[in-house]
Amino acid sequence: MNIRLIKDKLAGSTMLILTLASVFLAILVGWGLYYKSLPLLEENSVWDLLSSSVWKPSKGEFGFFAFIMGTLWVTGIAIVIALPLCLLCAIFISEYAHPRLRKIVVPVVDLLSGIPPVVFGVWGVLFVVPLIEDYIAPVFVDYPMGYSVLAGGIVLGVMIFPLIISLLLEVFSAVPKEMRDASLSMGATQWQTVKFVLLRKSKPGIIVSVVLAVSRAFGETIAVLMVCGSVIMVPGSVFDPGYPLPALIANNYGEMLSAPEYESALLFAAFLLFVIIFLFNAISRIVLGRIKRKIE
Amino acid sequence: MTFETPHISVQNLNLYYGANHALKNINIDIPNKKVTSFIGPSGCGKTTLLKTFNRLHDSSLEVRVEGKVLLDGENIYDKNAEVTSIRKKMGLLSQRPFPLPMSIYDNIAYGPRIHGERDRHKLDEIVERHLKDVALWPEVKDRLKSPASRLSIGQQQRLCLARGLAVNPEIILGDEPTSALDPKSTQKIEELFIELKEKYTIVLVTHILRQARRVSDYVAFINNGEIIEFAPTEELLLNPKQKLTQEYVKGFVS
Ligand SMILES: Nc1ncnc2c1ncn2[C@@H]1O[C@H](COP(=O)(O)OP(=O)(O)OP(=O)(O)O)[C@@H](O)[C@H]1O
Ligand SMILES: [Mg+2]
Repeated sequence: MNIRLIKDKLAGSTMLILTLASVFLAILVGWGLYYKSLPLLEENSVWDLLSSSVWKPSKGEFGFFAFIMGTLWVTGIAIVIALPLCLLCAIFISEYAHPRLRKIVVPVVDLLSGIPPVVFGVWGVLFVVPLIEDYIAPVFVDYPMGYSVLAGGIVLGVMIFPLIISLLLEVFSAVPKEMRDASLSMGATQWQTVKFVLLRKSKPGIIVSVVLAVSRAFGETIAVLMVCGSVIMVPGSVFDPGYPLPALIANNYGEMLSAPEYESALLFAAFLLFVIIFLFNAISRIVLGRIKRKIE
Repeated sequence: MTFETPHISVQNLNLYYGANHALKNINIDIPNKKVTSFIGPSGCGKTTLLKTFNRLHDSSLEVRVEGKVLLDGENIYDKNAEVTSIRKKMGLLSQRPFPLPMSIYDNIAYGPRIHGERDRHKLDEIVERHLKDVALWPEVKDRLKSPASRLSIGQQQRLCLARGLAVNPEIILGDEPTSALDPKSTQKIEELFIELKEKYTIVLVTHILRQARRVSDYVAFINNGEIIEFAPTEELLLNPKQKLTQEYVKGFVS
């Protein structure tokens, strides 16, 4: 056989093996977490674990509802804050900014993504928490607290800025210039062109960017842990403290003494995180398929 | 060559892409309600010149334009000129069709809508009329709601023409509008142009000399950013005066 063809076959099968390996690894991690949480699952029904918010490891009571809600609140706030700002920012960089400015701004944005999470955590403690406690929360509630899901959401939102912006820039650059020109040449303003052509064409890409950012945000631990208060309760408003799943694991794993059920509960928390991210990705794939078919 | 009331009059136009001097002191008058073709070797500046007519270079910030382009006697590069209303007067057809990412109906309705037309019945009427203008109506009337990208390339190009016509332009700019099309679709577009010149001033960039001869009244030969010769079609193609033009159209005479 021709050497060229052998190389081609070899390259193909190597890539297939690597792909399978990475899928297998994901399954393995999921299964491992599930296996480790079995002791807990044998004692309690899944429904009880998910719907109860009583957390008393010493008495063997493990309810995850507060942690799940903590995670959802913080992540939700982060996206609600980050997405509109990042969209405007990316639109400005890609459609309005002078090329020279663009050349400066883009590397700066990339640089931001290199800052370690703990630095964002410190910034949150020193700046965001007092800001909320002294200026924002007092307007809305009687006993203002800085350490809250809002603080967690803001810190997390700022952390995922660079990721979302660089993804969005990538998405926008895939829209052909001629398509913008077609809109402009009919007398549309630049803003109309952005709204009706660029954003429309980019919708699937924007969704993918958000999915990636949310998946990343779900798991973010240290910076959020530092500012969200770590109080076990179901947050009722953005000014309540919260206790997201990753914080639960990070705070307690290693200190669970010799209670096997406690360890099992923490690994179940990890398993939950895994499932949430998996479900989230699966659902967004379906939504994405629908939208793609609709616009093309 | 000069005309009494040229629709577009280009005066001492220079254009630079950064340091690249792409258009060199262009002077040309585009006659009203005629078809004028630009021919010339690849990279000579045909597309660049066409885009100066509706200020499509504005969004490219590295591009510098000097000189005047008079549209009905008014300089479109004047500080007070309003770019959207200038562009509205010209429909643009590019080398490849670029339907907007929406349905066939919405593509045609796009222009009227951005200029404020909301009346559903009027929009229906506009869409139907312009799809008929480009002979696309029978092929698409039952699937107006489906994405425009599902049309064939030839149909897409006619859709883009209809889309441009829907804002009631006075001028149609075509940049090799048939280069991606098969002979049959090409013929259709050419026939449309001949029909449309009753109502519109048409400027056409083309590589096909026979096409230039079939559809145009005047032809300009451009080389290396300069207009070498501008004359009535037959004269320029069959009996060119400049040496460069002679070389370019050589072989066509037969
Ligand atoms: N965006 C750009 N930036 C820099 N230079 C450009 C740009 N667009 C075109 N040019 C240059 O300007 C000159 C004219 O290009 P133009 O696209 O107008 O040629 P053309 O006559 O339309 O060619 P073709 O027949 O191949 O379409 C070329 O030398 C080209 O390399
Ligand atoms: Mg060209």
